[in-house]
Amino acid sequence: MLNVQINGEWKQFPKGTRLIEACAQSGFYIPRYCYHPKLSSPGNCRMCLIEMGMPKMGADRKPELGADGRPVINWIPRPQISCAQDIAEGMGVRTDSPLAQECRKGVMEFLLINHPLDCPICDQAGECQLQEFSVEYGNGGSRFLEHKVKKPKKVAIGPRVTLDAERCILCSRCIRFMQEVPHDDVLGFVDRGSHSTISTHPNKALDSNYSLNTVDICPVGALTSTDFRFKMRVWFLKETKSICTSCGTGCNTIIGSRQDVVYRQTPRENNDVNSVWMCDYGRLNFHYLHSEHRLKAPAVKGVNGTEPAEWPAAIARAAAELKKAPPGEIAIIASGKMTNEELFLTKKLASVLGVTLHDIVPHYEQGDDILLSADRNPNTNGAKLLGVSADVPGAKLAEIAEGVRSGRIKALVVLGEDSAECGIDKDSLGKLQSLVTINLLPNATTDAATVFLPGAGFAEKRGSMVNVKGRLQRLNQAINPPGEARDDWEILRDLIQAISGANGVYMIEDVFRQMAEAAPAFSGLSLSRIGDLGVQLKID
Amino acid sequence: MPTPFKKTPHPKEKRIVFQNIDREGWSVDIECSLRNGGYEELKKAVTMKRVDIVNEVKASGLRGRGGAGFPCGVKWGFIKPDEPKPVYLICNADESEPGTFKDRYILHQDPHQLLEGMVISAFALGVHIAYIYIRGEFPVAAKILETAIEECRAKNFIGGNILGTGFDLEIYVHRGAGAYICGEETGLIESLEGKRAYPRIKPPYFPAVLGLYQCPTIVNNVETLCNIKHIVRMGGAEYAKLGRPNNTGTRVLCVSGDVLEPGYFELEVGAVTMGELIYDLCGGMKPGRNLKAVIPGGSSAKVLRAGEKYKIKAKQPDGSMADKEIGIEEIVMDFDSLAAVGSMAGSGGVIVMDDSRDMLWTLNNINEFYAHESCGQCTPCREGSLWMKKITERMLLGGGVERDPAVLKNVADNIAGRTICAFGEACAWPTQSFVAKFKEEFAARATKPLPPPLPPEYTPEELEGEVHAGLTGMNQ
Repeated sequence: MLNVQINGEWKQFPKGTRLIEACAQSGFYIPRYCYHPKLSSPGNCRMCLIEMGMPKMGADRKPELGADGRPVINWIPRPQISCAQDIAEGMGVRTDSPLAQECRKGVMEFLLINHPLDCPICDQAGECQLQEFSVEYGNGGSRFLEHKVKKPKKVAIGPRVTLDAERCILCSRCIRFMQEVPHDDVLGFVDRGSHSTISTHPNKALDSNYSLNTVDICPVGALTSTDFRFKMRVWFLKETKSICTSCGTGCNTIIGSRQDVVYRQTPRENNDVNSVWMCDYGRLNFHYLHSEHRLKAPAVKGVNGTEPAEWPAAIARAAAELKKAPPGEIAIIASGKMTNEELFLTKKLASVLGVTLHDIVPHYEQGDDILLSADRNPNTNGAKLLGVSADVPGAKLAEIAEGVRSGRIKALVVLGEDSAECGIDKDSLGKLQSLVTINLLPNATTDAATVFLPGAGFAEKRGSMVNVKGRLQRLNQAINPPGEARDDWEILRDLIQAISGANGVYMIEDVFRQMAEAAPAFSGLSLSRIGDLGVQLKID
Repeated sequence: MPTPFKKTPHPKEKRIVFQNIDREGWSVDIECSLRNGGYEELKKAVTMKRVDIVNEVKASGLRGRGGAGFPCGVKWGFIKPDEPKPVYLICNADESEPGTFKDRYILHQDPHQLLEGMVISAFALGVHIAYIYIRGEFPVAAKILETAIEECRAKNFIGGNILGTGFDLEIYVHRGAGAYICGEETGLIESLEGKRAYPRIKPPYFPAVLGLYQCPTIVNNVETLCNIKHIVRMGGAEYAKLGRPNNTGTRVLCVSGDVLEPGYFELEVGAVTMGELIYDLCGGMKPGRNLKAVIPGGSSAKVLRAGEKYKIKAKQPDGSMADKEIGIEEIVMDFDSLAAVGSMAGSGGVIVMDDSRDMLWTLNNINEFYAHESCGQCTPCREGSLWMKKITERMLLGGGVERDPAVLKNVADNIAGRTICAFGEACAWPTQSFVAKFKEEFAARATKPLPPPLPPEYTPEELEGEVHAGLTGMNQ
């Protein structure tokens, strides 16, 4: 541990601690623009200038000690940046001295003179560090009487990112991110001095699957998400901590929603999972929740084709159909996109029906070695742990498909998947006496269903999932399901109840409790104990 | 009409580095160099112990001739004799400080002196790859150097097993693309690595520790490296007798501006005063004109005003030090004396201005340069340099408001000392010094009351036209 004097008080920090972090940990947050804890420090914004000193050395090359027995500090007359500097033994820092204050004020003014100050129409407004630090360190008025530097205002530097070069304060965070995280060095500066501008290399675009992280780390409104741009003022967004369900990594997220509409997803720091990043694919994969094709009401097949039904009637119909079929003639196709709670109840449904033929549909695509997992199911591990999936996910699908085609299977439950993807064609589906399905959007299975039950999307429900590394993480509800759509676990519970009678499950916590009792991997845990950052399970 | 460049040295000059510049019968080829004692010092150096050469340089007291005046021997001393990483030597030939034109003479006329100095330095420092980073605007000099390197290779002064000593050295010429910031040593290194010339943050990147490709690197100015040859010839102690204590050797001063005979002068450091330089060596001011101001060390050095009294510490006959007031003419042209009067010897570019010069116009001209050349990496210099230029330009066009001088000073104060590299000081010092020393001139051009009419009275288009109209720069 090294001793550092911060604003007059001696503190201890481990070797290798950045000065700016040591100050923040001591309660003295130093404003910064270019510094980002997950990237290299170029020291270019000069916002974090502080007064620094090192121990005064005596003639014997040992630090001179003051009356308090501590080293006397020899203050360096020039201000120093705190972001690119590790602490050293006996170092002294003044974060709020007149010199430090004057430096901040000066830099703040410099950053603002050529900034367009178009906050009323800027997407960053409300979460802009330029705004934030101007409040704290800026001048009330401007001394700048000149014309501002003109730069391009609306550049599509990539398919998902729009650049307003006038707002840019040239901190280089985006450039460093692209170099250091996705290793796709497409961004750089062109031109010189105050005319410097962020640009992509000629004939290159910022089209990495991680490009939207540059928008997150941009401290100002220079880089904006083309998808989110001008859609909603950020201060109206309700922030819900959740996880991304687009692949097995389970990046921690914040869902930004207002009045039952999701406007954006942004990554949330979890150093055991995704650091502070997430991929564009996962981030933007939420628009389907608000699709115009979203199925919002239960439906049953009647003599005149599919017709809307009330929930109690639809559940009763499904229960009656499934009870009628002998256990050996029922199969369940579940999904690796379901939560543990839903999977647990699926397993329970299987057991009350005596069904042994059940599996999930595997979805594997190209992954990368950054965050995107080849397993596009977010909860394959949960499905395995709870015994819904075959040992090798999808291993039983061929048998189920063959059973449906041959007519041996007479009732099929399809949860959140399309049986067409498992090789069951439309004609075979027509042979089924009962086809009960839960889903969000129409597909071949929902079209052919005898009972269709509208479920909830990832942002519309609570629950837990286990990622590819065995980390148990929690989804939280950001918005309500649309129309009459319901939380899937409730649908499954009602179905089980209708088949086998009451089971004492009223809340999702009850489901988790039962699950924790039944599955050793979850023993001792509860939904609340998972916390915001998840829990690593001991599984292989 | 006065001849701008004299071929005969002035009697007060001591030509060492410039002994062959503009010399009758001198040519750039190696044969001419060899006939005149070229590469003799290299032959001597390779018989010496490396540490002895470094010690000679230390003993010589040679200070870097690029502008900062850092002791060369101390810089060399940072290189560990047993350094496991490759050590690089870079010759900084990116001479672009306005008012400075010494290195270009060496590069164009005496490349072999530089190469010999470089080979000796490389030998002393254990360098096997050296670079000459030459300013993009010196295309002819780059070709001359390339030819000279080939000539050296043919004579085995460069290449493998130099002069049979087993020492290998390659020297590459790298042309810049026309940016002042590439003269900053870490900016130069970044540029040489193929990146934008953004100066590095120091610490941790002191080039002698982490330089080119993160290896120990010595960056020396052209004139500095030429001096190495003469230090080997004379011996460090003998060289140190030239000039003054702590200001040893000779220096090439480049005088430009309103003197009758501008040009270069190689002088023992501190051999002349400002007055002698202007009135004896440069033939004095133009007829009927008086000295108004001098920028003594390249455009970034703080301006000195004629008629002002400068307080310095002077040695008394009994050896004690006492305060003394001197005029501008009495300032001795060496590193320490110029620093003592609040300016610097810098790159040796002395810009002399007479009473026909408009100081606001002059400052605007300098500000324009720095606003154009600021690399844009760090905030204060990037934004401040252009802001200062815009203020002086507006004042020049008659739009000066009362607070402008104060704002100019404050903007400059907010730049100096707060940037990654010394460019911050370079662009702030002119404004700080001009505004402070010519208060009345600036006040007279900043008379509009606050608040000023907004939007500004001119449009950018009008501004462009008027700047051209105001470009004469004379008060008349």
